[in-house]
Amino acid sequence: MNSWIDADLVLITLTSLVLLGASRLGTSIRMVALQGILLSPLPLLLAGQSGFGPRAAMLAVATVLIKGLGFPWLMARAVRGGSQRREMDPRIGYNASLLAGVLLMVVAFLLSSRLPLPPGEGTPLVLPAALFNILAGMFVIASRRQAITQVLGYLVMENGIYVFGVGIASHQPLLVELGILLDVFAAVFVMGIVIFHMGRELDHTDTDRMTLLNDWEKE
Amino acid sequence: MSGYAGLLAALLLAPLLPGVINRTKSFFAGRRGPPLLQAYFDLAKLLRKGAVYSTTTTWLFRAGPVVGLAAMLVASALAPFGGVSAPLAFAGDFLFFAGLLGVTRFMTMLAALDTGSSFEGMGASREAQFAALAEPAFLLGLTAVAWKTGGLSLSGMLGTNSFATWSGAAAPLALVCVSLLVVFLAENARIPVDDPNTHLELTMIHEVMVLDHGGPDLALIQYAAALKLWVLGSLVVGIALPVRSLAHGWAFAASVAGMLGLCVVVGVVESCLARLRLTRVPQLLLGAGVLSLLALFIGLK
Repeated sequence: MNSWIDADLVLITLTSLVLLGASRLGTSIRMVALQGILLSPLPLLLAGQSGFGPRAAMLAVATVLIKGLGFPWLMARAVRGGSQRREMDPRIGYNASLLAGVLLMVVAFLLSSRLPLPPGEGTPLVLPAALFNILAGMFVIASRRQAITQVLGYLVMENGIYVFGVGIASHQPLLVELGILLDVFAAVFVMGIVIFHMGRELDHTDTDRMTLLNDWEKE
Repeated sequence: MSGYAGLLAALLLAPLLPGVINRTKSFFAGRRGPPLLQAYFDLAKLLRKGAVYSTTTTWLFRAGPVVGLAAMLVASALAPFGGVSAPLAFAGDFLFFAGLLGVTRFMTMLAALDTGSSFEGMGASREAQFAALAEPAFLLGLTAVAWKTGGLSLSGMLGTNSFATWSGAAAPLALVCVSLLVVFLAENARIPVDDPNTHLELTMIHEVMVLDHGGPDLALIQYAAALKLWVLGSLVVGIALPVRSLAHGWAFAASVAGMLGLCVVVGVVESCLARLRLTRVPQLLLGAGVLSLLALFIGLK
């Protein structure tokens, strides 16, 4: 059972790494979708140690629907609707991003070695995988220019928090987890619509150029 | 069945591998393809010829193929095959192994630079760049395997690889396998990195460095290249197949089948992928390095 959790966590980590190195918007969206689908068996696998109930199953189904299908569909729609550029132009290059990913991985493993897990909870990989995804998501938010890529980073970060929550406190009320899922869904829904309209009105969603927008004319 | 059988197999069967790859590619392209033993015919033909040397070259040019082949011969004595120890094994020999690969590459590059042709210099420069990126992936991957199996020599790492090793550490071993496969493709000048069949484009890497070699020298280089294919392939197969659990004869047969299978995989990869843009190759190798590193971290955890 443990090795399945580990394999799943490794695959989740790999999707984040691919996202860091991906130059195409389509690839990035697909990676986030894959990550959402890979996340869904986690509550079942982790709860399976003490026999999983209907709530874990509900969480898994909700994860697939929202993270695996809903978000990617919204993102893809935003890309199609607005005239987004399919190739991204990040502040930090792809190779440098991958190397930064390695650094973040080191940080995640170091940090997790300082944070002892309560005994019997999850596997030793849960914590580093969660931390790495949070850090990688933050890195993507900080290093990419386009609004849509930043939303993808936000999603990856949230996925990290999800792994953290499911892995560390598997007996916490899963309703809390579902509530967070709903919040994120609302946030991404709004962002998706905003980006869609922004792309339509302005022909781009480059956040660097957005800072020039003002309410008044400069003299 | 001792380790010498593996060495003998490497020496005899290595030129068969390019044939298998070519036949797979031919099958995908709907051609009949060259005979499986084409590499042997080429070697025999080249060995019967004389060599022509440019007056601008020095002894380095002649030493290149000889030293390169010698290093590869020692490397094939180090690589375990078929679940038994290699004839030559000592603690830390995977560093020596990487060094031998480096010597081969270094001599090929020197010989290429010795011709004074800017074209060959360009190939040498690319070879150096990509090899520098492939090496960390290779060493980190082997370090992860060493950590998981507790062996410090290649024979200790791969010779003891059994089902128990895999069930205990499936994730890191699988990651190392993928990483080493990428290194295998890059080091052997295979398609996502380099196309062994082009002789026209300015994007070739390995082939451009041996353009000025002819006759027996070229034969030595091609044989060394086939050995490199075998030796690096035997590492990938050694990690992927836990043949230790089988009886010796079967383990040997399974390993040979694994090598042929690997060649088919390479043929499929070459048929389905286009070569990467040169600027994208470092990213691929970097990705392999990241996989190795991840395997190492997971192994440490």
